[in-house]
Amino acid sequence: MNMDPPGAAVLHPQPAGPRAGRWMAVALGLFLFLGPDSLPVTGQSEKPLPPPRNLTAQDSPNDSGGRITLRWEAPVEDRVFEGTLRYQILRATSQSGPFEPVDTVAAGEISAADGPGLRDGRPYWYQVVALRGESASVPITAGPVVPRGQWFHTGRINTLVAVLLLSALVLYFIERARRGGSIFIRRIAGLEAVDEAIGRATEMGRKILFIPGTQDLDNVQTLAGISILGRVARTTARYETALEVPVSRSLVMVACRETVKEAYLAEGRPSQYREDTIYYVTDDQFGYAAAMDGLMIREKPATIFMTGLFYAESLILAETGNSIGAIQIAGTAEASQLPFFVAACDYTLIGEELFLAGAYLSREPRQLGSLKGQDMGKAVILILLLVGILVQSAGWFDFASLFVVQ
Amino acid sequence: MIGIWLGAFLTLGIFSFLYKDNPVYKLCEAIFVGVSAGYWFVSLFWQNIWPKLVLNLRDASVHTFSGGGWDPRWIYLGAAVLGIMMLMRLFPKIGWISRWPLAFIVGSTAGLYFITYLQSNAMNQIHDTIIPLVASGPGSFFGLTLPFRVDWNGFFIFIGTFTGLVYFFFSVEHKKLAGSTARIGIFFLMVTFGASFGYTVMSRMSLLIGRMDFLFGDWLGLIR
Repeated sequence: MNMDPPGAAVLHPQPAGPRAGRWMAVALGLFLFLGPDSLPVTGQSEKPLPPPRNLTAQDSPNDSGGRITLRWEAPVEDRVFEGTLRYQILRATSQSGPFEPVDTVAAGEISAADGPGLRDGRPYWYQVVALRGESASVPITAGPVVPRGQWFHTGRINTLVAVLLLSALVLYFIERARRGGSIFIRRIAGLEAVDEAIGRATEMGRKILFIPGTQDLDNVQTLAGISILGRVARTTARYETALEVPVSRSLVMVACRETVKEAYLAEGRPSQYREDTIYYVTDDQFGYAAAMDGLMIREKPATIFMTGLFYAESLILAETGNSIGAIQIAGTAEASQLPFFVAACDYTLIGEELFLAGAYLSREPRQLGSLKGQDMGKAVILILLLVGILVQSAGWFDFASLFVVQ
Repeated sequence: MIGIWLGAFLTLGIFSFLYKDNPVYKLCEAIFVGVSAGYWFVSLFWQNIWPKLVLNLRDASVHTFSGGGWDPRWIYLGAAVLGIMMLMRLFPKIGWISRWPLAFIVGSTAGLYFITYLQSNAMNQIHDTIIPLVASGPGSFFGLTLPFRVDWNGFFIFIGTFTGLVYFFFSVEHKKLAGSTARIGIFFLMVTFGASFGYTVMSRMSLLIGRMDFLFGDWLGLIR
């Protein structure tokens, strides 16, 4: 923040001595003799700076409050002194001041925002001053203006429409599914293989290793991974197969324990549930990967599930699992890690396939209805794409602007 | 000096896993896991509980009890209550209380990401895909002169988006037209994965180079 003091142009007159007086008399004589055009061009820096014009201050629209937007018109000198001129913004809580500097913006700018952090409902006054070097223009004032928060972001009405449309489609198909309407879901190899993979571990008498990603519970992919864990746990409870779930986040551990416990209860095998098979290792990405590598090599699980959000540890885990000959089912929506899972795992759930696993495995009508509703949402998007390309290519109007999210 | 030797020992210990599992790797793994778990515990305390909970509640109480009225930072008290509810798991008889904060996190996460993903993955993608594919004026295609200009980049983006979306249709059997379209979509996905694979492998190489630089430079002094 620049703290240059505002004010009128600053001049520094020197006290004139007798020698200076003589030189001034000579200069005056020359001026009268040669005319005013003879004066040397000293640059426009000695002109007083004109102030910016038409300053307006208004509450910033579509925000949660505490913010004010200022706009002004630049003086012509803005262009002349581009790069050296700047504008200082000052704020006061009363019309008479004192005005405190809050920001400085470069030449060419004709707007600025103050906040967030201003108190909603309180009036503010603003001044803008043009600055160049030590010189400053007279200030221009605007106000009072009162910051307020808005309940609705008018720049996101398109998102509201999309949410309502998608929700309506999902609710409609859920209701239809509840009334017994049949919903077709195509075969997904990775999910079809879940029972086969658990069966393999059961036959071999070895455990199943389940890794629900390496991120926390506030990630939707982790939630999707845990929903798959619920289905896997029901099957392992039925077949009495050992299941081990090492996690890298404490909250995920709690959620996994709840999920597995519920699955064992639902299968009528609560006595088989062992809480200590679901445990926390470390939050550290590569510390966790090192521990999983060691576990895979030593315990040699027959089946490994890796569903959730993974980053650089994905290939380390998948390659080690591959090296011990385990059947691996992976799933993530992290595009940069999918190639590694595709290369090193037997089955990979790509992107949205991970999110539909819960519905696919449970075949529960409400979840299937939700899935169908989402598919219809995609159909709407496909139609919009086709229509949009046509309209845009024909140049009828800017169809793409309907999808701008501010 | 001791730090460099220790770092080199741990690096070689972890690398020894490339040969096979061995006691040195087990030792390094245990140190890595133990130290990192402890580090994260301390880190989370000083980065979250202390500044976001303790300091905010302290400042809020100072503000309120010195006559400043309601302070929005009291909202952090809600987080403290949720955290305490989570600890109820330690008491089996009231352990069910810990499900409430879990439900809160899961529900709020789902609601929050619904909007975020709709904006970033749907609205923005649609906006960037809808571009004029043809324009007036002469164009060319592999040396052939066309009476109009075609935006080939836009065309491939549109085809990739459209067919990729068809692949992620789950309530339609992938046969006939839908099957062919989905196959083109999976082709686009695989090309993308291939490019991403190569790019990421290169970034992993830089990690390896970093370790080699440490071993041969900082430790052995062979690289200046």
